[in-house]
Amino acid sequence: MGYPEYQVIIGLEIHAELATESKVFCSCPTTFGAAPNTQVCPICLALPGALPVLNEKAVELAVKAGLALGCEIPPFSRFDRKHYFYPDLPKAFQTSQLDHPLCRSGIVEFRVDDQTYQVRINRVHLEEEAGKSVHSGERLQGSHYSLMDLNRGGLPLIEIVTEPDLRSGEQAKAFLERLRTILRYIEVSDCKMQEGSLRCDANVNLSINDNGKNVRTSIVEIKNLNSFRAVERAINYEAQRQYEDYLDGNMSLNAGKITAGWSDAEGRTYVQRQKEQADDYFYFPDPDLVPIEISAEQVESWRSQLPELPAEREARFVTQYGLSAYDAGVLTAAKGIADFYETVVENFDGDPKIVANWVMGEVLRMLKDAGDEAEQALAEAPLKPHMLAELLQLLQSGAINGNQAKEVFAEMWTSGKDAAVVVKERGFEQISDTAAIAELVNAVIAANPKVIADIQGGKTSAMGFLVGQVMKKTAGKANPKLVNQLIREQLNIT
Amino acid sequence: MELCELTACALAQLLAKREISAEEITSAVFKRIAVSEELLHCYLHLDHAGAEATARAVDAKRQSEGSVGALAGIPVAVMDNLSTAGLPTTCASKVLQQYVPPFDATVVAKIKAAGLPLLGKTNLDEFNLGASTESSAFGPTRNPWRTECVPGGSAGGAAAAVAAGEAIWAVASSHLIPASFCGVVGLKPTYGRVSRFGLISSSSLDQVGPLARDVSDCALLLNVMAGYDALDTTSLNTEAVDFSAELAAGVKGVRVGLPSEYFAADADPGVKSAVMQAIKVLEDQGAQVVEVSLPHFRYAQAAYTILAAVEASSGLGRYDGVRYGYRSADAPDTNTMFSNTRGEGFGAAVKLQILLGTFSVSTGHFADNYLKAAKVRTLVKDDFARVFTQCDILAAPTTPSTAFRLGERCADPVMMSLVNTFRAPADLAGLPAISIPCGLGNGLPVGLQLIGPAMAEQRLLQAAYAYEQAAGLELSLPPMEVR
Ligand SMILES: [Zn+2]
Repeated sequence: MGYPEYQVIIGLEIHAELATESKVFCSCPTTFGAAPNTQVCPICLALPGALPVLNEKAVELAVKAGLALGCEIPPFSRFDRKHYFYPDLPKAFQTSQLDHPLCRSGIVEFRVDDQTYQVRINRVHLEEEAGKSVHSGERLQGSHYSLMDLNRGGLPLIEIVTEPDLRSGEQAKAFLERLRTILRYIEVSDCKMQEGSLRCDANVNLSINDNGKNVRTSIVEIKNLNSFRAVERAINYEAQRQYEDYLDGNMSLNAGKITAGWSDAEGRTYVQRQKEQADDYFYFPDPDLVPIEISAEQVESWRSQLPELPAEREARFVTQYGLSAYDAGVLTAAKGIADFYETVVENFDGDPKIVANWVMGEVLRMLKDAGDEAEQALAEAPLKPHMLAELLQLLQSGAINGNQAKEVFAEMWTSGKDAAVVVKERGFEQISDTAAIAELVNAVIAANPKVIADIQGGKTSAMGFLVGQVMKKTAGKANPKLVNQLIREQLNIT
Repeated sequence: MELCELTACALAQLLAKREISAEEITSAVFKRIAVSEELLHCYLHLDHAGAEATARAVDAKRQSEGSVGALAGIPVAVMDNLSTAGLPTTCASKVLQQYVPPFDATVVAKIKAAGLPLLGKTNLDEFNLGASTESSAFGPTRNPWRTECVPGGSAGGAAAAVAAGEAIWAVASSHLIPASFCGVVGLKPTYGRVSRFGLISSSSLDQVGPLARDVSDCALLLNVMAGYDALDTTSLNTEAVDFSAELAAGVKGVRVGLPSEYFAADADPGVKSAVMQAIKVLEDQGAQVVEVSLPHFRYAQAAYTILAAVEASSGLGRYDGVRYGYRSADAPDTNTMFSNTRGEGFGAAVKLQILLGTFSVSTGHFADNYLKAAKVRTLVKDDFARVFTQCDILAAPTTPSTAFRLGERCADPVMMSLVNTFRAPADLAGLPAISIPCGLGNGLPVGLQLIGPAMAEQRLLQAAYAYEQAAGLELSLPPMEVR
């Protein structure tokens, strides 16, 4: 008798910090890394009598996120208070959305290898971030002291909740990467998992077919996964653990949600607590904030401001530039890279595939260590796209060869010098390669029989025209003396 | 009559004629405070130096530049649940005993900008959860009309101060009940008319408004306070109104509705007869009296109680000892610190509200409590909307009884909450209402309540003024033994 078959059922809850300049209910700045408790005011400190004022930009960004995830935008939305006590939550409630989120019912496609999958989005809602706690010990309880930094408190967050449509850690990771790409494309969030501006909780359980009987293990919610790799590993570990525990008769079934943590170092999940019943957050509509009403015109206006989304852009790269699906996928994975690529293509008179190879090769190699900051590193790099186009033009003209081009590129990347300047500095400027020039000379002679006849008839002044033609073909980089000499040799003129 | 017993209107005229100085008014008020405060306990904090400095600055400006605001120099008391930069703001709670805010409530900024010297912060029920000012952590305020009685609440300190000459007028977030019990005029504006920024209170039920000696003063102070405020998203962006203009328009042809449910409810005979007499006065002035009905009246008070408790329990969560205010001295861990801070910091009445409010939104009780209360609120609003097609304003008693004795209702929260019976409907609907003294019952002031549709403050003030002028009662000063 074999082992029972099972399916892993995964739903994600993703929190992304919105890229607004000020907090969601006050005008404090949102810049990362300021000294603790310097970006606070009566509102985000919850001083008595302070009232929230909704940042409309946060609503705009949240709705744009929803639109990019294929959601519907209901005309009426409102905030609710979610109550719990914790020292980094100044009001003792988080202003969030319960029954009337800004966005509902979306769908996102993503790929693993060559297979396309879909995930339904249950909702996207707007809420506020809590402060940051630093405990002297492991956690609040049992610590000798705990420090609170409320700079982060009140930053705008969206919570994206998927339906349980994912079936493996790989899928979850691939979906999350696609989600990050989308959010970064539309400039709604910088989605830096390292800085915590993108966080993921995963709900995992198994549907087991045991002798024709369907059995479901209890849902385990793995909290605060802070890297793509952690999402994949934690889910795969947890699914395996649940299966083994089930086979051993140790897995709880159909019980309330179980909360678990993930230890990256140990590579394992650990159960934190089993909830006896759903947590009671004493939700009720926030009376200090008027409901949000969004007209259909406003939604359409925001929709029209969305840039081309990664899926569309990928498809266009295949048809417009003749790229493979794989290359198009790599180039469109980050908006900054795709924008860079297209600017090079616009400035380059040649095959877009050549540009693709260079961007995917040399450019991405330079960005390898930048991680989450790759797009920023590219934007800040001294080498600008039109400069790469000039370099590729030189390469294509034969003025320099491939190895020289890579050398020039590396120099341009750090110094920001123009290609022609580097070529000149490195003495690549003139083509003194006799064989290469001879080939061009032969081509020019073959293409101009009338001029040749004139010269051979004694009109040697027409020589200049031939030299000019060769120079033009090499963008002026051929050694003119050598060209002259080779033409004379070919035509037997002394 | 002493300066501290005059109306703001009268004082403004004397100031304009330079017969008195702002400093003299403030001194007169502090002189009265020195005499009667020990007995009455209207204030939690006095700012003698600050008020004098403002008064002197106003006098200097009036001397040198000639032109200052007409009300500049007329001192005002501020209820202690309005945030005042640099002055303690305690909400009459131990939990905020040491708290000094860094910012002014919008209304406080406005009265300062108008040059009104701020006398001090007045007593209230702890976190304005009450109707008698007895739940103040710092001791009750006594009613100047009969010092063994309560002044009403939650703004008992403010109303008693105005009645006793310890203030010329006051800014508060509770108006009708204390005005009624202390024999002064109190106006609760339409929800959104006056900014709530810096008001520490229940979010959707309370409003900031004036307490004053007469209707004209009420209108003048409302002029100072009203206006849109971007810091309060529930504030209404409407055109500014001069509430003092056309005060004497009269009530000729105005349809005054008598809601039958208010008059059928249990109330002291003395209260009922005083109110009926007042309505007769309005009728004599040309008002047309019609009987109307608010069928959901009987659910309003329960709904009010639940919603107020829910909002209070949520709003009071921030008093956890982490960032400011009281913190329990010795707690081995954070959760104990939270519970001890709140257990020691809040009084019994507040704890009762927190329990009731938390229960009302807990899983399993939300639908039967919060949701039902919210539905009642909608029904009450609908009642008013319909009634205001049949009449222009409503007239009713402000409270079912006159001021009761200190301690009489403390042990019985239900009995205590009865005092809210006649204020709950208009509060639920966010409608403006005014209470004006309309005679005495058992020797204590009775309040006539007028309720109007949203934004109809001017109509209410006109009707109240018409009554006040016609009745000609010398009401504002109690026969207080200490005077
Ligand atoms: Zn802030």
